[in-house]
Amino acid sequence: MEKRVFFEHRLTPYLLVAAQLAITLIFFIWPAAQAFYQSTITQDAFGLSTTFVGLANFERLFSDSLYLHSIEITLVFSALVAASSLSIALLLAAMADRVIRGSSVYKTLLIWPYALAPAISGVLWLLLFNPTIGIIAYALRQVGYSWNNFLSGTDAMILIVAAATWKQVSYNFLFFLAGLQFIPRSLIEAAAIDGASPFKRFWTIVFPLLSPTTFFLVVVNLVYAFFDTFGLVHTTTAGGPAHATEILVYKVYRDGFVGLDVGGSAAQSVVLMAIVVLLTAIQFRYVERKVVY
Amino acid sequence: MVEHRPWLTFIAHAVLIFGAFILAFPLWVAFVASTQSAVSFNQIPMSLLPGGHFIENYSAVLTRGVASAGAVPVVTMLMNSLIMAMMIAVGKIAISLLSAYAIVYFRFPFRKTIFWLIFITLMLPVEVRILPTYGVVASLGMLNSYAGLSIPLIASATATFLFRQYFLTVPEELLEAARLDGAGPWRFFRDILIPLSRTNIAALFVILFIYGWNQYLWPLLVTTDPNYYTIVMGIQRMVTVADATPQWQLVMATVILALLPPVIVVVGMQRLFIRGLVEIEK
Amino acid sequence: MRKTFIGVLAATALLTAAGPAFARIDIPLWHAMGGNLGDKLNSMVKAFNDSQPEYNVIPIYKGSYSETVTAAIAAFRAKQQPAIVQVFEVGTATMMAAKGAVYPVFQLMKDTGEPFDPKAYLPAITGYYSDVHGNMLSLPFNSSTPVLYYNKDEFKRAGLDPEKAPATWTELEADAKKLQAAGVTCGFTTGWPSWVQVENFSAWHNLPIGTLSNGFGGLGTRLTINGPIQVRHIGRLADWQKTKIFDYGGRESASAPKFYSGECAMYMNSSGAYSAIKANAKGFQFGVGMLPYWPDVKGAPQNSIIGGATFWVLRGHSPDVYKGVAKFFTYMSSAPVQADWHQFSGYLPITMAAYELTRKQGYYDKNPGTDIAIKQINLHPPTENSKGLRFGYFVQIRDIIESDLEAIWSGKTPAKAGLDDAVMRSNELLIRFEHENEGKQ
Repeated sequence: MEKRVFFEHRLTPYLLVAAQLAITLIFFIWPAAQAFYQSTITQDAFGLSTTFVGLANFERLFSDSLYLHSIEITLVFSALVAASSLSIALLLAAMADRVIRGSSVYKTLLIWPYALAPAISGVLWLLLFNPTIGIIAYALRQVGYSWNNFLSGTDAMILIVAAATWKQVSYNFLFFLAGLQFIPRSLIEAAAIDGASPFKRFWTIVFPLLSPTTFFLVVVNLVYAFFDTFGLVHTTTAGGPAHATEILVYKVYRDGFVGLDVGGSAAQSVVLMAIVVLLTAIQFRYVERKVVY
Repeated sequence: MVEHRPWLTFIAHAVLIFGAFILAFPLWVAFVASTQSAVSFNQIPMSLLPGGHFIENYSAVLTRGVASAGAVPVVTMLMNSLIMAMMIAVGKIAISLLSAYAIVYFRFPFRKTIFWLIFITLMLPVEVRILPTYGVVASLGMLNSYAGLSIPLIASATATFLFRQYFLTVPEELLEAARLDGAGPWRFFRDILIPLSRTNIAALFVILFIYGWNQYLWPLLVTTDPNYYTIVMGIQRMVTVADATPQWQLVMATVILALLPPVIVVVGMQRLFIRGLVEIEK
Repeated sequence: MRKTFIGVLAATALLTAAGPAFARIDIPLWHAMGGNLGDKLNSMVKAFNDSQPEYNVIPIYKGSYSETVTAAIAAFRAKQQPAIVQVFEVGTATMMAAKGAVYPVFQLMKDTGEPFDPKAYLPAITGYYSDVHGNMLSLPFNSSTPVLYYNKDEFKRAGLDPEKAPATWTELEADAKKLQAAGVTCGFTTGWPSWVQVENFSAWHNLPIGTLSNGFGGLGTRLTINGPIQVRHIGRLADWQKTKIFDYGGRESASAPKFYSGECAMYMNSSGAYSAIKANAKGFQFGVGMLPYWPDVKGAPQNSIIGGATFWVLRGHSPDVYKGVAKFFTYMSSAPVQADWHQFSGYLPITMAAYELTRKQGYYDKNPGTDIAIKQINLHPPTENSKGLRFGYFVQIRDIIESDLEAIWSGKTPAKAGLDDAVMRSNELLIRFEHENEGKQ
């Protein structure tokens, strides 16, 4: 869609886009180009000697079982977060859609975690699950489960999934609720007159009508789990134990800043950028009018 | 309601109350922890009722700060977070209003190129190109500055995209009428387009403020001077302490202080926020 | 706009600083000492600044050790480096390899004509930071070594002698079982798993951590921590994990609450953790002992190795600055300053004179256990296995080792396979480091 009516100034439009263009070039295009360049070199920590190695960093990356493991971990983590936060949110939204009295109070009580940074969510759950002093770890001990997120990779994964899910439920809840309220009441009423039970009505009418929302949310949740959970991992498990929670976006940071492996980290950046482009393409292709942070 | 089924309504309330309780539980524990004394964390299990050190702990973090975080008072960190969040929100809105305006209301060479150049950044979080971006900012001498904290994060094109979408829905008659009145591009922008976009701007502001406030990795990297620490990253410094354990009571007091402003914004401006999120974002 | 404003501010600040005619020479020092230690360092620097009119050392806190190194390296790349940077011990090989960036301390002292006697420093410490010819490359500042802390009250309750820490691993196992029988959940836990249970374990038993004298002999070094005794030890810990004789509590000092809360009766961690334990162990008395050893290993106990950090000097400043750095180093190494730092922090005194002074002041008598660390690193003259270690990419290597330890202790991998994997992965990094630095040494 284009405007039929427009201004015809020569300089003005360039002035208008100048700020954004400058920022994009300096802080996006330039670093992205740097990432491509750096992914083809190896360099000592101080940048005193640089060797061109072609695609060796990528070869190293994809032959590294830890990197492949990190991909696997990321997929498991994202799937768990998306599945659990979507189903909890859907349940809550379906219930909130039913109640008349107090619905705005419930809304308020259910949306506030959206405002929290993933890092903060991590710290909150870190305390709850601390093997020694955490209240949930204590409760688990009482029922005979020896919780230790420092030793057990499964425990650590549960910890980050819980923290990530907890924070994301609010967001999904809002979209599901909006989606539910968009469904024409007459459809549901017609089904009710046909004698369909509320449960059956939900699965045969409501849920299929929600599928655009659901699909949109699946993509958004995957993007969230892929890229926005860095702070959460950094404050809780730091990728451990034994790499059990080392998701891709954490590994790119760790190898670059802690390991000082410029080439390896840049190669990972390039791979991540490719994933982002792919996810964006999927979103543009299948979901209309979507924007994600 | 379609039909009256009291037990279903009851279940709905029960599920919602239970859900609200589960969501609030970590926050309650954090609050309780922030009112305890240091040694009480060595008693297991931890109490679930507030202790008597509320004033002591909060005044400690607010005024003196926590040693392992470079001993910056939390007030300073809150201030830095506020500055950063405001600069990101205002900066993003300002530059994207302008560029969206140019792209929608002007015809000029390279319009398409510029459009795509900007929109490439649409979904690329800073995390995935972290090392080179850091390198660029370091070589520009922008480490430890508010500019370094916020400007690279303004580069995302999300807001531009939203305003472009919105401007496209603005009736063409408005521009025709304005031009008949002899209004130039600046006057049309200032007197017509901006007032029309007011709700969208406000809704976007809420979301961008929270986005800016919650930044973590970026401030962690570009600030090595404690005077520029933001609150969310400062907490990480308090959790990772060498040869000691975190002072949980102070960490949690800081956590509560760090999450209050965005929670207040979201809850207080609920309508605007939900509108911004669901209607704009979708 | 905002940037210009800040630029103006910065320029103003610079002008003001450079204003007075009697300007002193500024020497930026980047460090990683947060909290009390940071306050203490600041006051030591201030005392130096007040003691002479020419130089002004400016201490700047840069976050954790790895953040400090990263910041300094990034600054060097941008030609904004500080004159002095505090680097942790595992970054030593990285710094050494950066020949064009680092100004070796022995060279600095010679060039500036500052009196300097490397023999005055504790050999167990300087060995770590010297080149093959015995030249000191950086100035030790805060060094520590792991020791055994134990809960005296629990020892008493279990009918053990509260004044006697277990000397061997066999004794420790027996004690742990008695403690558990008396109601303690876990026998012992450890901080810094690789540093304590692999690196120091090897040195303490006079076993090589790597070839070529633990890397001191050249870039061709490879790890050897998968020797039979290390494998047996790590395997025993895995067995003990099952019954909680040993309970793993995370990396660095994440396990500390297990000791503070009385969950574990024994705890191995840095001597620098002494003051934190004193502050947190409210309900009980605690004692300090040397690290346990396996009595059937010949040559054990040997001596333990250190951790902590040193001051490195970076190139690119004027000779006047380096003159000031030399003066500052002399001041920081003097006996009263060092003795004060040692007593305050629990870090080791870096010179013999500081140790003697502390002893004469009666500090060790008043604070039993605080001299265990220094006795332990000086137990025997260091061998090539116990001088320290020098491996490139050691930050990553330690991460590799600790990941494998976690896999072993959680029962996922047998000890031998886990340590073999650690050696294999670490050696890949060492080979890379060798290639990157070939021809430079």
